[in-house]
Amino acid sequence: MRKYVRGVLTPLVSVIVALLIGTVVMLATGHNPFQAYGALLSGAFGSTYALSNTIAGAIPLILSGLGVAIGFKAGLFNIGAEGQYWIGSMVAVWVGYSVTGLPPLLHITLAIALAMLAGGLWAGVIPGLAKALVGAHEVITTMMMSYIAIFLTQFMVENGPMMEKGFTPQSPLIRSSVMIPKIIPRTQLSWGLLIAVAAAFVVYWLLFKTTVGFRLRAVGLNVRAAKYAGINVPLYTVLALFFSGLLAGLAGAVQMLGVQQRLYDSFNSGYGFTAIVVALLANNNPFGVILSAIFFSALATGGQSMQLVSGVPAQLTDVVSGIIIFLIAAKKLMQIVQTKIAQTKWSKHQNLGSEKGAQ
Amino acid sequence: MFWHILSQPELWAATLAMATPLALPALGGTFSERSGVTNIAMEGIMLIGAFFGVYFAYLTNNAWLGLVGALVAGALISLIFAWITVSIGANQVVVGMGINIFAAGLTTFMLNTIFGYGGTPPSIPHLPNLNIPGLSRIPFVGPALGQQNVVVYIMLLLVLAGHYFLFHTNLGLRLRAVGENPQAADTAGLNVWNLRYLGVIIGGILSSLGGVYLSLGLLNSFEPNMSSGRGYIALAAMIFGKWTPLGSLGAALLFGFATALSIYLKGTPHVSTNIVQMLPYALTILALTGLVGRSTMPAADGTPYDPRK
Repeated sequence: MRKYVRGVLTPLVSVIVALLIGTVVMLATGHNPFQAYGALLSGAFGSTYALSNTIAGAIPLILSGLGVAIGFKAGLFNIGAEGQYWIGSMVAVWVGYSVTGLPPLLHITLAIALAMLAGGLWAGVIPGLAKALVGAHEVITTMMMSYIAIFLTQFMVENGPMMEKGFTPQSPLIRSSVMIPKIIPRTQLSWGLLIAVAAAFVVYWLLFKTTVGFRLRAVGLNVRAAKYAGINVPLYTVLALFFSGLLAGLAGAVQMLGVQQRLYDSFNSGYGFTAIVVALLANNNPFGVILSAIFFSALATGGQSMQLVSGVPAQLTDVVSGIIIFLIAAKKLMQIVQTKIAQTKWSKHQNLGSEKGAQ
Repeated sequence: MFWHILSQPELWAATLAMATPLALPALGGTFSERSGVTNIAMEGIMLIGAFFGVYFAYLTNNAWLGLVGALVAGALISLIFAWITVSIGANQVVVGMGINIFAAGLTTFMLNTIFGYGGTPPSIPHLPNLNIPGLSRIPFVGPALGQQNVVVYIMLLLVLAGHYFLFHTNLGLRLRAVGENPQAADTAGLNVWNLRYLGVIIGGILSSLGGVYLSLGLLNSFEPNMSSGRGYIALAAMIFGKWTPLGSLGAALLFGFATALSIYLKGTPHVSTNIVQMLPYALTILALTGLVGRSTMPAADGTPYDPRK
């Protein structure tokens, strides 16, 4: 029980402290924090439209966040979810407009499956094998592969084979048989939500109820011990990055088939980077990822109405996100503070056994 | 046609101009990582430098004071980075990400709060271009070497100075020692934490200078996210340059050439600029995997030093 309280306490305190610092910034720049946060809240949750767009925005964050979390659990930092997202998007859109004559369920399944495979291979083959065989650091390789993916996508729609006839750098529209239907019409909220929530359950099951998941976590906790226990560390390194990319690819596919419906020439979605923050705040817990993704999506959608209503620039939410990362990363500091408080309150012994996860 | 493009002096001038905002943060990253602190925060620190350069130049109406203000801001943000990563021992990549998100948010927030949504005013002074008579008269290479922004020359001097400092001074040796084996360095009486603070802060100042070059050298304005990924290419340049100042400069020149070439080739049929832009990243992966001259990072890079262990 104590463990769960501690697991929730650090993220919660980080969020509260960061929002308080945001308040100080608003006061310092002559804004009314109550009005601003009020506008943020109502912009994110205040109407069916707002709420469905917040949840819709959380879908790609949940999926790519789960991917980053799997990596962290295996002790790997997949910083290139953005690129895997684009590879997944690209493949899903390609299957979406070039394959014809399939019934919807089959067409959607095919597009999603190939997108996931592509995202998984993008992370698993080069960064995975490079880490497993020659020890090349996955932070660097996944980041480099991410930029290669972004430029590849740009190439495809700017003057490459996926460009639609005409002068606009975009792909053709995907066929209606592959579009994921909307839950609420005229919002961005599609049944992709179901996929995202199901993915959280699957990731939880994989990590905590299967041998593969146990071994992944063992590698993440202590590579040397895992090796002595007979776990094939290179194999599980490649697998972890493969799963990680698989989910980021799924995020791209669901976003394309459910919301965007074609590939545009945009430099980055930001989902891949926010996914890292999502996983960190969730302490890599699959269900925590859902909550944390909704939180960051709410900051993004609410930030816009905060700017409109109270005049506080929406980028304040990025400042808040940055501070949340500092506070979570500096959890040792938080632990020192918490231990001090705990010591004065309950005196006696403290169990400082902290989860390793994303440290 | 290709040779025709290569023989244009403007291409080489552009190469040097495009290499500068990569070489400075790459040099900065080299200092930080040589001391044992993985630094992916160059992107964010460049933005801090770019914004505060413009802001202080606007306040004082002097581009040089703007530059000084930017370097101080860069030093301060790296002090925070060093405090969280070195003293508290937090994950360096995570905090680096945090700095990047924080800096992108902070600079755009301040831009909109201070200057409104219309951007920075056009009257901001900028750092001068130099015209070095001896150099600029040399045929062909003259325009490339002799008529550049002052920061380009500062960058070349700093790379040489950085090389000398890291490999030919006592302090440089100590800095590298704490990045290779902090336990041994500690036993030998070196202060690991202080040296790492030094590495990170020098790194931040240099990255910040890269940002100032963008905002006060190339343009005289600040735009949101104007570093546009250069901090990450600089990271690639640092690795491709094997964590050395001269190597980083070489890699930055190569990547700068790729950028300049992709600008030149824009609009040319049959050549995709997107493919040219991929080169730096692809080369870095090849270098890391040992296919193009193995590059190995400092042994203790990325590991917080805890003297009690």
